[in-house]
Amino acid sequence: MFEVVRLSKHFGGVTAVHEVSFSVNEGEIFSIMGPNGAGKTTVLNLISRFYDVDEGTIQFAGEDITHAPPHEIARKGIARTFQNIELFERETVLQNLLIAQYIHRKTNIFSDLLFLPRVRRQEAQSRRFLEDIIDLLHLQRYREQQIHSLPFGVRKLVELARALCLKPKLLLLDEPSSGLNPEETEDLSFWIEDINKELGVTIVMVEHDMNLIGQVSNRVLVLASGRSIALGTPVEVKDHPDVISAYLGT
Amino acid sequence: MRFVLKTDYHRDSDLFRDRVQFSWYAALFIFVLCLPIVSGTYVESQLTTVFMWSIAGAGLMILVGYTGLISLGHAAFLSVGAYTHAIMLDLGVPFFVSIPLAMVLCSALGVVVSIAALRMTGIYLAIATLAFAMIVEKIVKNWSAVTGGNAGFKVAPPELFGWELNSTAYYYFCLLVLTLVMLCVSNLLRAPTGRAFIAVRDSEISAQAMGINLLKTKALAFAISAALTGLAGTLLAYQWHYLFPDSFSMLTSIQLLMLVIIGGLGSMSGVVFGAIFITLLPDGIATVREWLPDSIGNLPGLEPLTFGLLLILVLIFEPLGINGRWQKMRLFFSQFPLYRNKTLKRQKSFLRTERVH
Repeated sequence: MFEVVRLSKHFGGVTAVHEVSFSVNEGEIFSIMGPNGAGKTTVLNLISRFYDVDEGTIQFAGEDITHAPPHEIARKGIARTFQNIELFERETVLQNLLIAQYIHRKTNIFSDLLFLPRVRRQEAQSRRFLEDIIDLLHLQRYREQQIHSLPFGVRKLVELARALCLKPKLLLLDEPSSGLNPEETEDLSFWIEDINKELGVTIVMVEHDMNLIGQVSNRVLVLASGRSIALGTPVEVKDHPDVISAYLGT
Repeated sequence: MRFVLKTDYHRDSDLFRDRVQFSWYAALFIFVLCLPIVSGTYVESQLTTVFMWSIAGAGLMILVGYTGLISLGHAAFLSVGAYTHAIMLDLGVPFFVSIPLAMVLCSALGVVVSIAALRMTGIYLAIATLAFAMIVEKIVKNWSAVTGGNAGFKVAPPELFGWELNSTAYYYFCLLVLTLVMLCVSNLLRAPTGRAFIAVRDSEISAQAMGINLLKTKALAFAISAALTGLAGTLLAYQWHYLFPDSFSMLTSIQLLMLVIIGGLGSMSGVVFGAIFITLLPDGIATVREWLPDSIGNLPGLEPLTFGLLLILVLIFEPLGINGRWQKMRLFFSQFPLYRNKTLKRQKSFLRTERVH
């Protein structure tokens, strides 16, 4: 369903990602792990096209998206979250989620200007869809609150909810557990499984927390210094000699 | 404090929160409607000016307050709108044709500026728009065959089917236009288009991740903004009777920017507050001049100095402008005696994604 072939990215003389290849099957939870500076986030940024790919190709649902503009990625069915949260801070949770409905809109600027009945209908329809996501992630009590008044853990959830509101086929999570306490991480693992099973969304996540990876993911790719050193089930990868040496040094 | 019971998703799309809020706006509208009957011509003309500045401010607010793009050159759109309108009137085009045409021209110009300017952000964008305004000013000055140059251009008085509108009729005309503008802009802001603007303002990176085309959205914001400012320009042309290139100088652009900042960025009521402030300020300064000793009172730079000083003070002490102060006052009274000083203080956030840029 999703395939990355020999992906490379250089920043000046630094090779951030070097010939990384992997493919993700439909319905899978695929994790990318590795020590700091291994190029995990760079891979996600390449997939969401915030960075230009130097070499290699990215295929999604039988389509080459290596050179698609960044705003087209969401329309193709790929949503993402950010490690350090990129929400629209001055808006309420509800408004943040509604923004994710932008790509599904059927009205144009002129009908918006006049707020024609079909814009109103579309708004109500968006709301009905959003409420399902809000119910799924238990965000009901935060609906009308502004982002900057929310605690960090809730913001992470809102960002996850916003990504889901795009109705994605593939969800990219950039360190979903960073900044969360153990209980929140525990909850997160259930949610990730729910999202995967109930909504049928394929998930690629960059993660540090080995417990979380072990609980939810089907396969793990380990990166170190921009190269892929191991690929397999969480158990296989954990005992891989190259992985141990990448984390602990030789 | 009032709580609104919502039983329907449509309630969240409504313009007014509840009947109480609607009644307040209706009362204000009726008050403004009846005012010319009792007030003198001075108040009437001052209010007409407030309406025009509000329209121009609404245009700039979309750009600065909602899309997060700064423009130091909006006087150029005011000028293009005014001159286009005046020239077309001179050619015998009726105003209900020439005003929309002037708006279309301004928005086209806005798109052209945006294409050039949108690769820049922040201070660079400000300087690019400033340069654009200067170019327009020079063209207006030197293309005297069309614009009359420094000699000025006489604007035909407003006419509707052979009737010349007197100042009271013109007051109502401006009020009507302002009401329509406010309605349209509020509609835009509660629909997907306006949400896209806000998304671009708050985080470009995640706006892109939400499938929003940055260049298109910014160009659209520029186009709407320029059209509304141009509309204000056409109305100003009537009010001023004569157009001079100097009427649309850099000071006008800064005044406009000051209007949206002092009024309160990111709010449409802020626009009206700002417009009232901008209209009253020159009169206020003139009054103060009389009290001051001659050596200070007659300084020519007093007006720009006051503008600049006020802008700095507002940015330091009340970044949310008059509207922010107004909201705080309302909150204070509605929560009395439980209001805390820090209620609306924003928590500083140091966690932004620095890795993607």
